[in-house]
Amino acid sequence: MKFLVCISLVPDTTTKISFVDNDTKFNNDKVQWILNPYDEWYALVRALELKEANGGTVTVVNVGGAENDQVIRKALAIGADDAIRIDAAGELDSYAIAAEIAAVAKSGGYDMILLGKETISYNGSNIGGMVAELTDLPYVSYASKLDMAGNTATIEREIEGGKEVLTVDTPFVISAAKGMAEARIPNMKGIMAAKTKPLQVVAPQGVANLTSVVKYELPPAKSACKMISPDNVEELVQLLHNEAKMI
Amino acid sequence: MAILFLVEIAGGKVKKASFEVASYAAQYGASVGKEAVGLAIGSASEADLAQLGIYGAKKIIHANNAGFDSFDASAYAKAIAEVAGQVNADTIVISQTLTGKAVAPVVSARLKAGIVSGAVGLPDANFVVKKAAFSGKAFAYVKVETPVKVVALVPNSFGASKGDGTAAVEASAIAPAASRITVKEVVRQTGDVAPLPEAELVVSAGRGMKGPENWGIIEDLANVLGATTACSRPVADVHWRPHHEHVGQTGVAIRPNLYIAVGISGAIQHLAGVNQSKCIVVINKDPEAPFFKAADYGIVGDAFEVVPKLTEAIKAFKASQH
Repeated sequence: MKFLVCISLVPDTTTKISFVDNDTKFNNDKVQWILNPYDEWYALVRALELKEANGGTVTVVNVGGAENDQVIRKALAIGADDAIRIDAAGELDSYAIAAEIAAVAKSGGYDMILLGKETISYNGSNIGGMVAELTDLPYVSYASKLDMAGNTATIEREIEGGKEVLTVDTPFVISAAKGMAEARIPNMKGIMAAKTKPLQVVAPQGVANLTSVVKYELPPAKSACKMISPDNVEELVQLLHNEAKMI
Repeated sequence: MAILFLVEIAGGKVKKASFEVASYAAQYGASVGKEAVGLAIGSASEADLAQLGIYGAKKIIHANNAGFDSFDASAYAKAIAEVAGQVNADTIVISQTLTGKAVAPVVSARLKAGIVSGAVGLPDANFVVKKAAFSGKAFAYVKVETPVKVVALVPNSFGASKGDGTAAVEASAIAPAASRITVKEVVRQTGDVAPLPEAELVVSAGRGMKGPENWGIIEDLANVLGATTACSRPVADVHWRPHHEHVGQTGVAIRPNLYIAVGISGAIQHLAGVNQSKCIVVINKDPEAPFFKAADYGIVGDAFEVVPKLTEAIKAFKASQH
């Protein structure tokens, strides 16, 4: 089975977010870039587990410049067989990224396209559904469990306050959430092997953006927490009623 | 021209998040002289659907084909795209429920319509929309450049405002495209409280509760408030609480009006899922817990003493209001 895992690069969770150029651009300075955790922990690791159980190949795909290569190699170190980087420059919106990935996905004849439920940077949850539509494949989102029997997948996905169990035949697109797999730490053998695994750079289609970011804004500073004595919870009730107007 | 919004139905009832997108579509529509039209997919009574008029909807198109009961994002998206064409909609508003998160990007790609996902405000005159980004640590203002636009709205970010009026309900013969997905089973929590992503009031607890047997006082507090219960990641990981209650970066991201956190230290990953709550109350015995920095109100104290007292105080307050 051929697996394609879409990987995105995001600022590390603990990054202090700031902006430059009059708040129109994200400040890259001193930012530690990592694989988007949901792409890495859930989508990539589950693809590797299925490959290890049933055979196949796992390819990772990323859209971006050569500066991404080092982080892409981490996916290879965890166990992906090869990588494709679509060499697009500039800021791409979710549609342009999805269209670039869809072009690679179509030409590769993959049985399953996996990615995380969202990125922790733009939190769009867009790429999976868009790739599915652009490749005319079924889309299953927020999956917490994925098992294969032949070409049929049995999947659990999150719904409001519960879960849904469904089946779908390959090929399909799936976005992965907590529960799909456990994070893997690359070992020394994997890190060494990753250095020589193929990382193919392909030219982008040059799909135009449908949206643009006009500016960014940080949330207003939180005013100091009002401390209330544990012996006077009635004060909290009054504050919640009179000040916060919550009850 | 119209503003089209998606009406989601669960268990025969209109989801609360759909009242909010009705309000959003109606208010935006009013500013540009267009009507808010809902597309309701699934079985619900005509009376229930007409209620969307209270929130400003003029018309509800009801796609009641049983084939939609087995959820397939592509089938929903095709129906939405088709109805958008029929009513000449240039803006499509979908709540970012788990259903909406699956459907909205498919609609966007299908119509080649630019999408703002995670929207928290109305479009301005240039169709620039404020959206949450960086897991609640910042906002981005996104301009949509295409003739047809999709807005995916964060639940409970805009609010549903009631007026009066009823919506005309029109049955639609639209049928789902042949589904490639077969739903085998749907498991939902039961009870009256709103499911987590839609909940306005949330009482959440963490490892400080010491064990699942101690959750009674959390449930009592939630009950007296009419709140939904939630939990931190370590608690879900050790199965003290069901997985769907886990809020935080890896769990559900929520934006309630009131978030009460008991015995949760406030790790950055937890904050990423709750930091957009309008009011945060933290109860923790450790005065150094980082959560206090993100809180509006804090109590340093033993949860096993403070929470029952708070429950009683709220009960007394509520009784005094009648």
